[in-house]
Amino acid sequence: MSAPSKPRLTDIGPPHYEKYLHPLIKKNYGQWKYHENLAPGVYCHVAESGDRIYTVRAGTPRLLSVQTLRIFAALADKYSGGYLRFTSRNNLEFLLDDPARIEPLKQELIALGYPVGGTNNAISNIVHTQGWIHCHSSATDASGLVKCVMDAVYERFTHEDLPAKLRIAVACCLNMCGAVHCSDIAILGVHRLPPKIQHGTLPKVCEVPTLIASCPTGAIRPAMVDGKNSVAVVEQQCMYCGNCYTVCPAMPMNDAENDGLSIWVGGKVSNARSAPQFSKLAIPFLPNNPPRWSEVVEAVVKIVDVYANHARKYERVGEWIERIGWPRFFKLTGFEFTRYHIDDFKYAALTYARSAHVRY
Amino acid sequence: MADDSCKKPKTEMLDELEKGPWPSFVKEIKSAAGTSDRAVDLLRQLELSYQEKKGHWKHGGLVGVLGYGGGVIGRYSDAGEQFPNVAQFHTLRVNQPAGWFYTSDAIRALCDIWERHGSGLTNMHGSTGDLILLGTGTAELEPTFQELTQAGFDLGGSGSAFRTPSCCVGMARCEWACYDAMKLCYDLTMAYQDEMHRPPFPYKFKVKCAACPNDCVAAIARADLSIIGTWKDDIQVDESAVTKYASDGLNIQKDVCDLCPSKCMTWDGRKLGIENHECVRCMHCINVMPKALRPGKDRGAVVMIGGKAPIMQGALLSSVLVPFVPAEELMETLQELIRRIWDFWDEYGKSRERVGELIQRVGLAAFLEGIGLDPVPEMVAAPRDNPYIYFQAAKDGEK
Repeated sequence: MSAPSKPRLTDIGPPHYEKYLHPLIKKNYGQWKYHENLAPGVYCHVAESGDRIYTVRAGTPRLLSVQTLRIFAALADKYSGGYLRFTSRNNLEFLLDDPARIEPLKQELIALGYPVGGTNNAISNIVHTQGWIHCHSSATDASGLVKCVMDAVYERFTHEDLPAKLRIAVACCLNMCGAVHCSDIAILGVHRLPPKIQHGTLPKVCEVPTLIASCPTGAIRPAMVDGKNSVAVVEQQCMYCGNCYTVCPAMPMNDAENDGLSIWVGGKVSNARSAPQFSKLAIPFLPNNPPRWSEVVEAVVKIVDVYANHARKYERVGEWIERIGWPRFFKLTGFEFTRYHIDDFKYAALTYARSAHVRY
Repeated sequence: MADDSCKKPKTEMLDELEKGPWPSFVKEIKSAAGTSDRAVDLLRQLELSYQEKKGHWKHGGLVGVLGYGGGVIGRYSDAGEQFPNVAQFHTLRVNQPAGWFYTSDAIRALCDIWERHGSGLTNMHGSTGDLILLGTGTAELEPTFQELTQAGFDLGGSGSAFRTPSCCVGMARCEWACYDAMKLCYDLTMAYQDEMHRPPFPYKFKVKCAACPNDCVAAIARADLSIIGTWKDDIQVDESAVTKYASDGLNIQKDVCDLCPSKCMTWDGRKLGIENHECVRCMHCINVMPKALRPGKDRGAVVMIGGKAPIMQGALLSSVLVPFVPAEELMETLQELIRRIWDFWDEYGKSRERVGELIQRVGLAAFLEGIGLDPVPEMVAAPRDNPYIYFQAAKDGEK
């Protein structure tokens, strides 16, 4: 390798955030007094000094080309002094000091195909994973599911007409990169068959003790196959998490016909009112049906509509279900309650109904 | 003609995802495909995945930049002969600026680097918070890294490392920030560059800084160490603003008092009463009346530990480790806590065992003893309800 022309830098860390802050933000840092929601996707934050900063939020597909990022940069130059940011849910935000620029910016964003919204009691952008774009263990694609679901609930992004905020997440396998396990509605890719052990390559590419230790249920045992060290899987103990595949590429999980999606509901991370909670199983399996995943879209829209029609103001999905009870949730949605809904892993007993409180 | 069909592969399935109102990731890949052969082959391989309902990526393998043990996710196609331009398709995790703030110049600088060296595709941002540069060959990693550092950017964490911390917008644009989350996030990131770039741990260690209990970065669900802003003293009340909310039609009894989880609020039609010592700092009333109610002035954070997604032993939410640390003491306290936690984890943690799982295995009490913290009732939802207590022999001088 040729010698670098400049001294090689390492461990410099990220750029300091201060150099990217709008002057009004720098001036009023830590001195904000209150905020107002001017329209879906538009906030005004008012500082103690009386200064006002306006935020315009737009949805993005998260997967962005450099060409599109340059368009965002040009919009920032035109409307917000060159300042922009992204949110924890992959939305794009422009920070404006002149309220007269809000409407032109909104119109330009919408004309370019980036919807303005995602604030307050709207469905915000879907946090998601890599899927077939870049992941080795995915049971499905993530970007495609997000696109289909957001197409279907588009009006819920651009309007704030739900009882409370509603957060959707997609994870393409049980690793759940992203807070899928604490979302109002979670779409989770699942495998349903044990790994197909490739005994020929396994001894060359994997450490057997590490592989055995990787299994949460102890389903992987050492085995001699054709005189070589390999493993066997106790199939009844396998719950298809794919952790073995992550440590050993000779344990592939992908199976086109048996992989699919599960739907989970009622999770949250905010402490507002009720404590943070995990999402719970609503539908154990739906077919993996690209490119438009109609079964998944239909199920999510069903949950959103039933929630919108039945929940009280301020109730998140989980709080609403807590009040009406799970039997009524299954009745209202028409989803079937099955043996798979009953937990049988650790702490399962804590999820049994341990009282005579039954709604009729 | 041949060149043209190569640049514009047939993507019948993916084309369906250009329809509909939500912005399309397929359009993004096609846009990058105009200038990058890697993006062209990504489209072709993705179309195959859609047809076969199957991913085509293989495992990482060890790739990276000189002197770092992480920050690059190695990725290879299992159909490399068919799609040679994505035979290697590695990702660089670039440590994002705290709060995900950028200038247009910074965005353009990153775009220029990535157009020269990679697919031209990014994620803004990855789940952990990094800016993701999606897809390049092994030979491009080191040159990309050198250009990134010259532009002031560095790689984030991957593998069994201190992962890139992330934070909410905090004091930059939120009146509820109970501590300076962006500063803390930046300071922690800088303090542990070595642990981030040279993975030293049994497994990953994530820190997320949320400046109030609304937890906009999902710290409680996604971080081994969750720093969640809160306050100790009384909620600040602007009585005239409360009156204004009421006269504007807010049903304070129904929408605020009745939804308070600790029922610490009363409303007699004129005055809002708050029993602050019963308040659990949930944020609901403040969320509903941001002009009238604000967190108190004695601000800091509750430090929580153990959050994680399911792999391996099941998902965990973080639980209380220190009920309150004053804002000005956070960095020092956290560095001391982190040192002790890592020492204990290093000593007792098994390979691929997150801190939360280690605590589940040895028990919170043993963990607390290991890191030298006294148990306090704020750490539990309730004391134990089973009598199987492992009493310890009295130590010298104790009764």
